[in-house]
Amino acid sequence: MTLLVVDDLQTEFATRDGVLRAVQGVSFALARGQVLGLVGESGSGKSVTGFSILGLIDPPGRISGGSVKFDGQELVGQPENTLRRLRGKRIAMIFQDPMMTLNPVLSIETQMVETVLAHERVGRVVARERAIESLGRVGIAEPAARLPQYPHQFSGGMRQRVAIAIALLNRPDLVIADEPTTALDVTVQGQILYEMQKLVREAGSALIWITHDLAVIAGLADRVAVMYAGRIVEEGPVAAVLDAPRHPYTRGLLDSVPANNVAADGTQARRLRQIPGMTPSLLKLAPGCAFRERCDRADAACAQMPDLRAAGGRSVRCVHPLAEQIA
Amino acid sequence: MSVAGGSTAESASRPRDASAPDAAVLLEFDGVSKRFTRRLDFVERLAARLGADVRESTVHAVDRVSLAVREGEVVGLVGESGCGKSTLGRIGCGLYEPTDGVVRYRGQALQRAGRPAVQMIFQDPFASLNPRMRIRDIVGEAPQVHGLIDAAGVDAYVADLLQRVGLDPSYARRYPHQFSGGQRARIGIARALAVKPEFLICDEAVAALDVSIQAQVLNLFMDLREQLGLTYLFISHDLGVVRHLSHRVVVMYLGRVVETAPTRELFAAPAHPYAQALLAEVPRLDRKRRTYVPIRGEIPSPLNPPSGCHFHPRCPHAMARCSVEVPVLCCGRLRGGGGRRVI
Amino acid sequence: MSGAAVPVESPLRRFCAQFAESRLALVGLAMLVAVVLVALLAPVISPQNPYDLGKLDLMDARLPPGEPAAGGGMTYLLGTDGQGRDMLSAIFYGLRVSLYVGVASGVIALTLGAVLGVLAAYVGGRFEAVLMRIVDIQLGFPAILVALILLAVLGKGVDKIIIALVAVQWAYYARTARSAALVERNKEYIEAARGLKLSPVRIVLRHLLPNALPPLIVVGTVQVAHAIALEATLSFLGLGLPTTEPSLGLLIANGYEYLLSGKYWISVYPGVALLLTILSINLVGDQLRDVLNPRLAR
Repeated sequence: MTLLVVDDLQTEFATRDGVLRAVQGVSFALARGQVLGLVGESGSGKSVTGFSILGLIDPPGRISGGSVKFDGQELVGQPENTLRRLRGKRIAMIFQDPMMTLNPVLSIETQMVETVLAHERVGRVVARERAIESLGRVGIAEPAARLPQYPHQFSGGMRQRVAIAIALLNRPDLVIADEPTTALDVTVQGQILYEMQKLVREAGSALIWITHDLAVIAGLADRVAVMYAGRIVEEGPVAAVLDAPRHPYTRGLLDSVPANNVAADGTQARRLRQIPGMTPSLLKLAPGCAFRERCDRADAACAQMPDLRAAGGRSVRCVHPLAEQIA
Repeated sequence: MSVAGGSTAESASRPRDASAPDAAVLLEFDGVSKRFTRRLDFVERLAARLGADVRESTVHAVDRVSLAVREGEVVGLVGESGCGKSTLGRIGCGLYEPTDGVVRYRGQALQRAGRPAVQMIFQDPFASLNPRMRIRDIVGEAPQVHGLIDAAGVDAYVADLLQRVGLDPSYARRYPHQFSGGQRARIGIARALAVKPEFLICDEAVAALDVSIQAQVLNLFMDLREQLGLTYLFISHDLGVVRHLSHRVVVMYLGRVVETAPTRELFAAPAHPYAQALLAEVPRLDRKRRTYVPIRGEIPSPLNPPSGCHFHPRCPHAMARCSVEVPVLCCGRLRGGGGRRVI
Repeated sequence: MSGAAVPVESPLRRFCAQFAESRLALVGLAMLVAVVLVALLAPVISPQNPYDLGKLDLMDARLPPGEPAAGGGMTYLLGTDGQGRDMLSAIFYGLRVSLYVGVASGVIALTLGAVLGVLAAYVGGRFEAVLMRIVDIQLGFPAILVALILLAVLGKGVDKIIIALVAVQWAYYARTARSAALVERNKEYIEAARGLKLSPVRIVLRHLLPNALPPLIVVGTVQVAHAIALEATLSFLGLGLPTTEPSLGLLIANGYEYLLSGKYWISVYPGVALLLTILSINLVGDQLRDVLNPRLAR
């Protein structure tokens, strides 16, 4: 059943140089137990989307339109108290930098117990037991011994695992993860992805994984939404989108990855296929398709912003989508 | 297993096959080690003498690394945090002095002054440019100081370099904060090229860039290599990038080289358990919905590395011997001597 | 590449624009400019030269604000003090002395402290350790105490008080400069400069110092305010400046004895002038600190 429905979400920031429209009409739906990958580069609006769902946008930013319905309840415009009851209990967030979750001057025990007690009336002993169990679930050895320690006594990868443990303490229905493994080593990333997969499976939580790394999404997500300049440009099941992308930007992204420039006999192409130009500034977006300047398929028809057109379980925002290709 | 001898298909796709054994050795690390010791200050020494448990801490960043890069090669140096690859890179361009061992360039010790032959491209495009200097000065300062150009010729020289790295020369009067990450990376490259180096050490030079910009900058590196005949030591944690660029790959773990092999061979059949695990862990686009099987344990701290083979606490093939003996790098692959599953 | 013609935006212009974002800071800046102008133009705009003993008329002593002079000719807008000096003029001249002492000692202390601090950060080793211990010891003493002792030894005079204030302040600048330089020293652009084999002197002067300056400027503005306040305290206590060149502090001291007899204007108006001066410096300093703080980088 549908857990989260985001409909035409719009978030903007008032800056000295004008209004920056970070998210311009993002819509998607997520069912329980589903994993959605939200992919984009810097400036695409993916992180701001994640923050907007949780209501974590502070002035000078604000959600200027659209709705976010969580389990039937509208979140946009809710008072802070209502949102606070949801955060940490039913919706949890994991940030790129674990120190955004962890307070350096409090012990892990204090932070985790506080998290439990903030949402449930249980005794401290029970809260502590839950904390130990949660730490064990994310793969921290000797959790009871490590509980009273401080964040600086953990390595980067361990801290992120603690942050994940805190996020999962109250068994949330939805977890939003904003690039949690980007700054970590490959082997640590592998461990964390393993934990996340297991936990999502066991608890039946829905997961939104925000990243720029398509390869991580390939292994983790059910569906993927690709964002560019504040809008979703392509959306669909992971295998379909990655094997046969329909939007030129998705195609360009996939082509840029060195691993995709290997010929059938294993030799590497000398030059990577690249997308020319740069991401446009969100302050000075020309009308029409935002990808127009960099697209080799663009023509006069692209002067109008295309709608997101759905077909066969996928959608793409392009008037010249790539045809279905044989793999 | 010598470095020479790729297949003809490989040499056709990699320009100027650099693995010719008669190419001169440009940069050589000979038994290089680097230890960072934090000495006790006055108060701590006093405390130690009074019986407190205060000791000098030493970080073993690099441990007896020997590596030679020949002219025209692109050598990829991979590893994770704490493996010492960045430290090794900085030793290579003279920013750090090795604690043990020698670094040689064309057979001679690295020079302290004068036009450097080895230049480094840094990771952070934001921190690697002086925020208070115009681009023209950032790029043009060093060649002026080293006498490559005179004051009158700076503008033309800088304009030429900016064009070469794909930037509009009219940007020379701007300040770093007015550029995007990818553009700053290019400025950093222009700055390095301004002193006409022969050898570039790229320390995670594309790690902080978006994927699409990364592709552009990587292509730029390859173009420059062809145009200017450069040699690269490419340090990265991104195996995909390294695989694309390098002729040869060196894998480091906790300060030591654990495996080195021509790129194709390493990616086809890694010999060392750590290299195997590393390659297995990398998420790949073609492996959908895979189940991740992680390596056990954490990367140990370089302050307190495990005895013997550094990898033994996490290695699925570890034996008693591994905690005692340090394996020796032999014939391009790590050999512990018999008993290892690996050849 | 995109050819959009973006004007060259120097750090200075960007800085000014960011500074102007705070109304309060602009008000503070306006006040400060007014204070500085008054101080500079004191001889020109004062109705009377308060130190020309020949011009003073004892008959005019202790007149309340708004009273005309006994011999006609001028109105004492802020009253007169015990010697018949026009308070307004005395305040203008007093501001002059106070600002001069505060700024001069601040600039000298900044230069001295910055050079030592940046050098300590770059050279490191024993030099740095010794210098920083001296700084720590000095900062452990209350500023007033150090100044009092020095002035007791040195005697009275504008230059003596400047020396004392420099001695009290340099340590703070040195510590700030060293911290800032340490942070900058580890940044990659310094490594790049070293990799380009530029000389250490060039690296320190051209690369390190300009980037270590912002925190020093912030400290500097606040320290000038402190110095002025400190000097006022010392003058109040009777040390430092001679009565022939009274600063605001001395004026306050002079009027102290009259406070209880209702002749408030002799102390209060110099006090207000002092307050406004320090307030404006602090407002400007606050905004400077926010603008120059890299963590709040826009």
